[in-house]
Amino acid sequence: MANKAAGTKGDLRLSNLTKAFGDFKAVDDLSLIIPEGSFFALLGPSGCGKTTTLRMIAGLEEPTSGTIEIGTTDITYEKPYSRPVNTVFQNYALFPHLTIFENVAFGLRRRGIKDVKDEVTKVLNLVELGHLADRKPVQLSGGQQQRIAVARAIVNRPALLLLDEPLGALDLKLRRQMQIELKWIQTEVGLTFVHVTHDQEEAMTMADTIAVMNEGRIEQMGSPVELYESPKTVFVANFLGQSNLVKGKIEGVSGSDLQVSVHGNRIIVPAGRNFAAENSDKSVLIGIRPEKISIEHSEANTLGDGRISDISFVGVSTQFIIEMPWGQELTVFEQNDGGASHLQKGDTVQLSWKPEFTFALDGTADVDAGTSVNPEEL
Amino acid sequence: MAFIAAVTKRSSIARGIKRPSTPYLLLIPGLAWLFLFFVYPLINLASTSTQTPAASGEIGAYVQSFRFANYFDAISGAKEQFIRSIIYALIATVIALAISYPLAYAIAFKSGKWKNLLLVLVVAPFFTSFLLRTIAWKQILGDQGPVVTVLRFLHILSPQAGLTASAFAVVTGMTYNFLPFMTLPLYASLERIDPRVLEAAGDLYANAITTFRKVTFPLSMPGVVAGTLLTFIPAAGDYINATLLGNPRTKMIGNVIESRFFEIVDYPTAAALSFLLMAAILVLVAVYVRRSGTEELV
Repeated sequence: MANKAAGTKGDLRLSNLTKAFGDFKAVDDLSLIIPEGSFFALLGPSGCGKTTTLRMIAGLEEPTSGTIEIGTTDITYEKPYSRPVNTVFQNYALFPHLTIFENVAFGLRRRGIKDVKDEVTKVLNLVELGHLADRKPVQLSGGQQQRIAVARAIVNRPALLLLDEPLGALDLKLRRQMQIELKWIQTEVGLTFVHVTHDQEEAMTMADTIAVMNEGRIEQMGSPVELYESPKTVFVANFLGQSNLVKGKIEGVSGSDLQVSVHGNRIIVPAGRNFAAENSDKSVLIGIRPEKISIEHSEANTLGDGRISDISFVGVSTQFIIEMPWGQELTVFEQNDGGASHLQKGDTVQLSWKPEFTFALDGTADVDAGTSVNPEEL
Repeated sequence: MAFIAAVTKRSSIARGIKRPSTPYLLLIPGLAWLFLFFVYPLINLASTSTQTPAASGEIGAYVQSFRFANYFDAISGAKEQFIRSIIYALIATVIALAISYPLAYAIAFKSGKWKNLLLVLVVAPFFTSFLLRTIAWKQILGDQGPVVTVLRFLHILSPQAGLTASAFAVVTGMTYNFLPFMTLPLYASLERIDPRVLEAAGDLYANAITTFRKVTFPLSMPGVVAGTLLTFIPAAGDYINATLLGNPRTKMIGNVIESRFFEIVDYPTAAALSFLLMAAILVLVAVYVRRSGTEELV
């Protein structure tokens, strides 16, 4: 049963990976390197190609073209059972006829390891379910099954652990807890984790690096902070958190700053945060995250006055919807530290923010890209 | 409003005193049926099995005399057919399993949009009469039929030899007739298997054969057990196939019971044999279900 790729370690390298189903390209010329030992997330809405990418890495789908390598070993056409890759499946896919112990021991036994007790016990203790070894999967709760699915995969010490929406079936509170736990397990075992999710918060909580996917391609890749603070496309700006995007026109450059005219207001964008490609009519979208906007203080960038059209209290913050004179509605989050508590629907407020928080995106892009994702579809 | 209040009041009283009786009421038609057409005849049969011929000597007249030796007499006269029935039924069950498993597997996992059509085809033979289908095998296996022609051409069968009126024909007929009873439960249990569980096995270093051995087959055990029982039980008591496709040396216990009952009008022996067959099947089934260990899977 020994497989030739068993000892393989190293970075995962996807090169020009493409998967077409008929005319539809689920994954389109995808290239990326996932460093050994990292916690990597593929984030995107349903149908963006993230799961197909994962299934190709697992060997459950064959790529139309391109290669998959771990270290220097090409595993593109390797059978799933001879890859040093294990998967935590979306609905766990535990073996219903086997005990928890045998579920976890399954991979070890298939590789011809006779004495599995120590390994299995160790990993069951790692996920704190050692006492359930003799139970059957149906006797476990969703959260417990999830942990067994992780245990069953990591006991094999794969070069790569793939997680396919692993927390999708859990309720919110349990999901939060498992996010932290999974991150801890990853640090503990030191394996490379590749995590597929549509939940941006989940990706940001756990991953070192996130690749945001859309329509079979990577929109942007980077650390959670990088993606959130400096989104380079409209899709990323909208899919990862919320953004206010307003159309403007580049007026000129002064020093290292860009001067943008936005509905009659002069907005300053640091040149290094201008991610828009040069275009003939100099149109851009200026972007600002809702929590960066102040309605209390006056900062250098301002869009003038707007009217509060809706207020919703979210606990730590309050969300204001502000209707601007040109008809667009902008979102503002204010900390609930007492400052904005006197505001009411219909009040007029001034929106302003520090120039360094501003980013500029391609002015020809669809402003709504990445917003209309219906969670029910995912 | 008053009506609702009345209902609520009544149901709360019912809850206080005894459990609602509706579920038990729903059982009545079934229980009545079972009593009238199973329990009562069974008692009747048990009573018949220990009777002896009436003193009058009239044919078909028997009186109760609790002669349990009837059982011993019955079996000693039909030992050969009894054993043959069990063996034929076993062979037919094994062959039906061997044919049905790949068929059910293909329908469950590989048939795609053809799934429903294939299932209809499995059941399609039921649209014609059991007797006609069995007689058809006489033609299929007949000396001028395609099977014999091909086998003779290949020199597997000598020019004089045939296939009809043989044990082979009887077992073939039984296999054919009970095949859907094997295929459908197998299909049902295979179809229920989550394909992701099979993917998980592959992901955990099991190749196709190991995946089948360690995951698919164990998970299909409820279907295997149900299918083999649904084939074996009626096959063991069958007499149509032996009558139409067999010869005097392929007689089964069903044939003996039939002739005792209808031709010789020896009701006690027919009843005793029926009970013995039932007991034998019950014992075999109990051992089988216990050994296959599927209680927890169902």
